[in-house]
Amino acid sequence: MRITQGCFSFLPDLDDVQITAQIEYCLDKEWAIGVEFTYDPHPRNTYWEMWGNPMFDLRDAKGVMMELDECRKAHPDAYIRINAFDDERGIESVKMSFIVNRPAEEPKIHMQRTDFVDRAQKYAWDVRY
Amino acid sequence: MTQESETGHPATVDLAAEYEASGVGEVMRELDEALIGLAPVKQRIRETAALLLVDKARRDMGLAQDTPTLHMSFTGNPGTGKTTVARMMSGLLHRLGYVRKGHLVTVTRDDLVGQYIGHTAPKTKEVLKKAMGGVLFIDEAYYLYKPDNERDYGQEAIEILLQVMENNRDDLVVIMAGYADKMDKFFSANPGFRSRIAHHIDFPDYTDEELLKIAKSMLDHQNYGLDEAAAKALAEYITLRRRQPHFANARSIRNALDRARLRQANRLFSEAKGPLDAAALSTICEPDIRASRVFKGGLDVDRAARPQAAE
Repeated sequence: MRITQGCFSFLPDLDDVQITAQIEYCLDKEWAIGVEFTYDPHPRNTYWEMWGNPMFDLRDAKGVMMELDECRKAHPDAYIRINAFDDERGIESVKMSFIVNRPAEEPKIHMQRTDFVDRAQKYAWDVRY
Repeated sequence: MTQESETGHPATVDLAAEYEASGVGEVMRELDEALIGLAPVKQRIRETAALLLVDKARRDMGLAQDTPTLHMSFTGNPGTGKTTVARMMSGLLHRLGYVRKGHLVTVTRDDLVGQYIGHTAPKTKEVLKKAMGGVLFIDEAYYLYKPDNERDYGQEAIEILLQVMENNRDDLVVIMAGYADKMDKFFSANPGFRSRIAHHIDFPDYTDEELLKIAKSMLDHQNYGLDEAAAKALAEYITLRRRQPHFANARSIRNALDRARLRQANRLFSEAKGPLDAAALSTICEPDIRASRVFKGGLDVDRAARPQAAE
């Protein structure tokens, strides 16, 4: 099942030229870029693994693309996303986040029903490869 | 869209128009006006600019495909304007479209080489990422290589640099700077660099007259002036200072002027009896310069270290 999280996830996957253009946009706004990856794309899994430190003071998207290439090489079957962090006072949070790498075969999100007291039903979801 | 022939390339090119339109003319004029002396350097830069302009026109016409190698080495004594020229060079390359952003990242060995195993590669890469799209200026580049210590981490930084200089020629330009003799040794020990650096530019020392001109323009920028006797004293100062150790061309002059301003302020403060006018506040007089230690037989080594550390 196609995982849809962050910006552009209902669009076809971005190619490298498009990713570069998006990063240029972020750098223009002086946002810091971070590369993160995970093998657990559950929507509740907010914190993905960081690939290196977030990159402050970059001027050109090429620096991010180099990191992204290395992350892809090391984790070709992981979900990789790019986060753009705005440090402006009063915002201080991620302003843009988009997926840039997916495994060839995406996992399913499986729903589990459980009976509960008084015939109530409880629902849970987990990611299954 | 501009007019194009059937192949999608422009059929003719007007170099003079291209020269002005790209803003190269502006940079060259700035170079001529802002820098005193340095005739051979200006000549080399003019040649390089012409080459790059023609090369760009050729690529627009589809006659050439590759990005030319643009990495450079600047050799010369301290204070001869290497960093200033590097900054102009980055502007020039940006205007010609050889680097995308045109910023200058200045680093030395400390910014590239780590202190323990596994520290160097991330540190070097961090710097390279920041320099992407611009110019990386490595000052005192020969310090990267320390032949007497085979476990020195500098070698690791050199290997990463070489790799990026080769693979990311479109993304950044590396300029290495340092003293001529030490850079020669550095290049002969690391032949990889020599073959990847296309432009070697040598910065000559300034003559006494040029240094005096530089001093005057420095003061001009700060709205100061010399009276006649002070100008004569400064000319003598330059001749004497050159013979003493740790002479760093324009940088020594800048430090000398900073100290002269200090003495001027002190003199005004202790001598002034009435109100001072603008001319008095902005004129440096003979005693301000004559009080320098240079006139008293010079500096010994640790005294000389102080003005350098203070810059």
